[in-house]
Amino acid sequence: MSSMQVTVAPVEPLPEEELARRPSGGLAYRLLHDASALVGGTIVLCICLAALVAVVWTPYDPLAVDPSHALQPSSWNHLFGTDEYGRDVLSRLLAGAKLILYSGAVSVAIAVAAGVPLGLAAAIRGGLIDDALMRFVDLIYAFPALLAAIVLAAAVGASTTSAMIAIGVAYVPVFARVTRSSALQVVGSEYVLAARAYRRSTLAILWRHVLPNIRATLIVQMSLLFSLAILAEAGLSYLGLGTPPPEPSWGRMVEEAQSYLSRDPMLAIWPGIFIAIAVLGFNLLGDGLRDVLDPRLRSSR
Amino acid sequence: MTLLAVEDLTVRFGDAAVVADVSFELERAGRLGLIGESGSGKSMTALALIGLLPEEVTVSGRVLFDGHDVISMSEARRCALRGDRIGMIFQEPMTALNPVMRVGNQVAEVVRLHRGGSRRSSHERALELLERVEFRDPPRIARSYPHELSGGQRQRIMVAMAVACSPALVLADEPTTALDVTVQAQMLRLLGRLVSEEGAALVLISHDLAVVSSTCDRLLVMYGGRIVERGPTATVLERPRHPYTAGLLATSSAVSEGAARGPELPTIRGSVPAAGRFPAGCVFRSRCDRATDECKTMPPLEGDEHAFACWHPIEQPAAASVGGEA
Amino acid sequence: MRRPPGSSLVTVYLARRISTLVATLIAASLVVFALLAVLPGKPAQVILGTQATPESVAQLTKQLGLDKPLWQQYLDWMRGLVTGDYGNSYISQLPIGHQIAQSLAVTAPLVGLGLAVGLVIAVPFGVAAALLRRRAAGTLIAATSQVGIAIPNFIAGILLILVFAVKLGWLPASGFVTWSTDPWQAFTSLVLPGVALGVVEGALISRYVRSAVLEVLRSDYLRTARAKGLSRGRALVRHGFRNGSIPVLTVIGLEIPSLIVGAVVVESVFTLPGIGTLLLQAVANRDLIVVEDVVMLIAVTVLVVNFLVDFSYRLLDPRIARA
Repeated sequence: MSSMQVTVAPVEPLPEEELARRPSGGLAYRLLHDASALVGGTIVLCICLAALVAVVWTPYDPLAVDPSHALQPSSWNHLFGTDEYGRDVLSRLLAGAKLILYSGAVSVAIAVAAGVPLGLAAAIRGGLIDDALMRFVDLIYAFPALLAAIVLAAAVGASTTSAMIAIGVAYVPVFARVTRSSALQVVGSEYVLAARAYRRSTLAILWRHVLPNIRATLIVQMSLLFSLAILAEAGLSYLGLGTPPPEPSWGRMVEEAQSYLSRDPMLAIWPGIFIAIAVLGFNLLGDGLRDVLDPRLRSSR
Repeated sequence: MTLLAVEDLTVRFGDAAVVADVSFELERAGRLGLIGESGSGKSMTALALIGLLPEEVTVSGRVLFDGHDVISMSEARRCALRGDRIGMIFQEPMTALNPVMRVGNQVAEVVRLHRGGSRRSSHERALELLERVEFRDPPRIARSYPHELSGGQRQRIMVAMAVACSPALVLADEPTTALDVTVQAQMLRLLGRLVSEEGAALVLISHDLAVVSSTCDRLLVMYGGRIVERGPTATVLERPRHPYTAGLLATSSAVSEGAARGPELPTIRGSVPAAGRFPAGCVFRSRCDRATDECKTMPPLEGDEHAFACWHPIEQPAAASVGGEA
Repeated sequence: MRRPPGSSLVTVYLARRISTLVATLIAASLVVFALLAVLPGKPAQVILGTQATPESVAQLTKQLGLDKPLWQQYLDWMRGLVTGDYGNSYISQLPIGHQIAQSLAVTAPLVGLGLAVGLVIAVPFGVAAALLRRRAAGTLIAATSQVGIAIPNFIAGILLILVFAVKLGWLPASGFVTWSTDPWQAFTSLVLPGVALGVVEGALISRYVRSAVLEVLRSDYLRTARAKGLSRGRALVRHGFRNGSIPVLTVIGLEIPSLIVGAVVVESVFTLPGIGTLLLQAVANRDLIVVEDVVMLIAVTVLVVNFLVDFSYRLLDPRIARA
């Protein structure tokens, strides 16, 4: 019995709803037409603007204590009211945006700077390095970010730096894993084999072929990780293991406001809302970027 | 006596009709072959027959099974038909079975669902069925998970489930496509034997003329969601009138070698358009060498025994060339 | 036909997995020990304060066994962990094993409650979001879960306190009485913390439930089940449940560390005397041996749970029963 040449694919594809709504056009166009990317991007942009503004100007000095105006409700003078020391909540929230972006960026930078080379090395060299990496990943898995930060705080004392380092290190395996698996696909591809046949150096191959191909995946992961870093930082400051007072951090503002929950609940709710919105923004941006840049990963989270 | 009558069946995905105005009848114990390339709408037609189309489609027309319209009847009544009066075999034996359930339980499930009885009695019935689909050691097979079986073995499990309740109709959608060539013939023999033992009618869907011609007594040729030709198997294969059927024949060397060496048959150029991208008028004209302006209007499906929808059908070959066959 | 997995294969798998687990645990203990051993400042000095004489510091150092070589200190600590002798707190001199046991009586039920609340939220909403994906309700559920993920558990806790303790006064906002004193009151103290922990996890897990159900809905075997005459709901339950629970179980396994760490934070919100409180107090007092023990306990729990989850796939999914 011979087969026929007419049929290319024997399976009749069921048209999925995704196929119908795949927009065409440039990257910017597609990002603007992805609801997640649009909402997330707008939120992230607003936070960045708030942080930038806070660098040069805040309505009041976020550290200025004024006991005569303690625990005031929202008013035109103090949009979000004042805290128990009479400090302007809005000013502190704006200053907190600066801190959250800074610590998030440093944490992500640490995770990327250590995780990406590790992942690349594992993908290119394989064998022993690969095995060692996977064991290392298993090991770090046992120390979630917050736990690592607690240990570090016990060892060297609580500070923004120790929190950032702990969070960054805790997420190194995430980047190592993602880099490894996506780099493995590129390394196995024919054009890399061709480049190897031309005796291009490993570094040149990494730089010219591998990195450009896994860039999209990494950007998506960075955005998602940024939201995790914000969550971890907020949690640590809430526990008093992050940025020490009086520097305004959103997590600590919640903690300080908790004692006045029955008198002035909004004092705790405002920073809470800011944290949630910041996390939501980076999550949505990450999801949107993934849909636009890397449709293969769409279903994974 | 008519078992199945399909009247003006149309299936739409949004604006695109993947099945358009399909009508045909099937006698009790009759065997109908449905052929066409992927994207011709034959799988959608089969799913419409048992009311298992994806949610997002709209269906119109009638599918009369034993005089009752499958499309308009309640879902509960359709559930009672499926697996009991109508058995279905799918193409992908790798994925069509539940990977985490022992195959014996999967066969017993359909028996118990429609025939009731104890867990034990349905399991014994499942073992009988496994024996009927030619497994040498049914108890061992029944304990297996799908991944422990070969493709052919899995497809035999599908057959066992399809005939478990002695159905009046078996729908087989590309039952041999995913199998090794060596087991394809064996599979078809098994299917043919079980269907005749049960006295069931068979609708066999395939892109492979050789598969259909060896099993079925009547053929429906589909293209672009429409029936372009239908008739008794021998007639359609020996004297195709629609250029598309002729093209299919030409590319199937097994059939064309066995068939009469008539005039050089045309091959089909290009590829099947995506759903909704078929031309207006004759759906085949974008790939047809014979197409003229006349083809911009839809040709009707005309003829009694042997019908075709074409303004420029292939001329009847000299009657003498058929004689040597059969 | 391949033979079903023999018991010897399972034994080999178990032996390999357990040896990896033990190796990872040893590495983890080395990390914890090293990190706290190399830090500046002698514990004895910290305990006695800056006013202490060098002699008393030296004496306390000797008493704590901190004058021994590092490798011996490590071995002593390990021997203690394995034999269940956790030593005494530097500060309170109380046996650590007893303190940990008391704290676990709070934290373990809390984590269990959090997981239960999470699943009670995640499963129905995730399934609904998948089944209604083309309707407004499905989109709404998916969007709500996205917002839920963004809320830190301590914020959720504070909102719950605000509503159920401050405004309604139904449940206690803080504190804990021991189980032996009043089991019912002990339970009510854990309700709000459990919900705070579970809501956020539930939002996260519901997204995975949704995609698992979507996967099942698209599957060929579900279509086969329908073709056998099972109704939509029955096919989904009979054939989808086990298949769909495999990816969800993965996520639950991965989320166990978040739950434990979440419990540390939530305990702080509700001032519950659990593992988190014990750990944070020890950090504040630089009671290093307690920190070491508790961190090690958490690491062991995380790794062992991960191992158990890994093993339970084999029960659910016959395809990976070999390998």
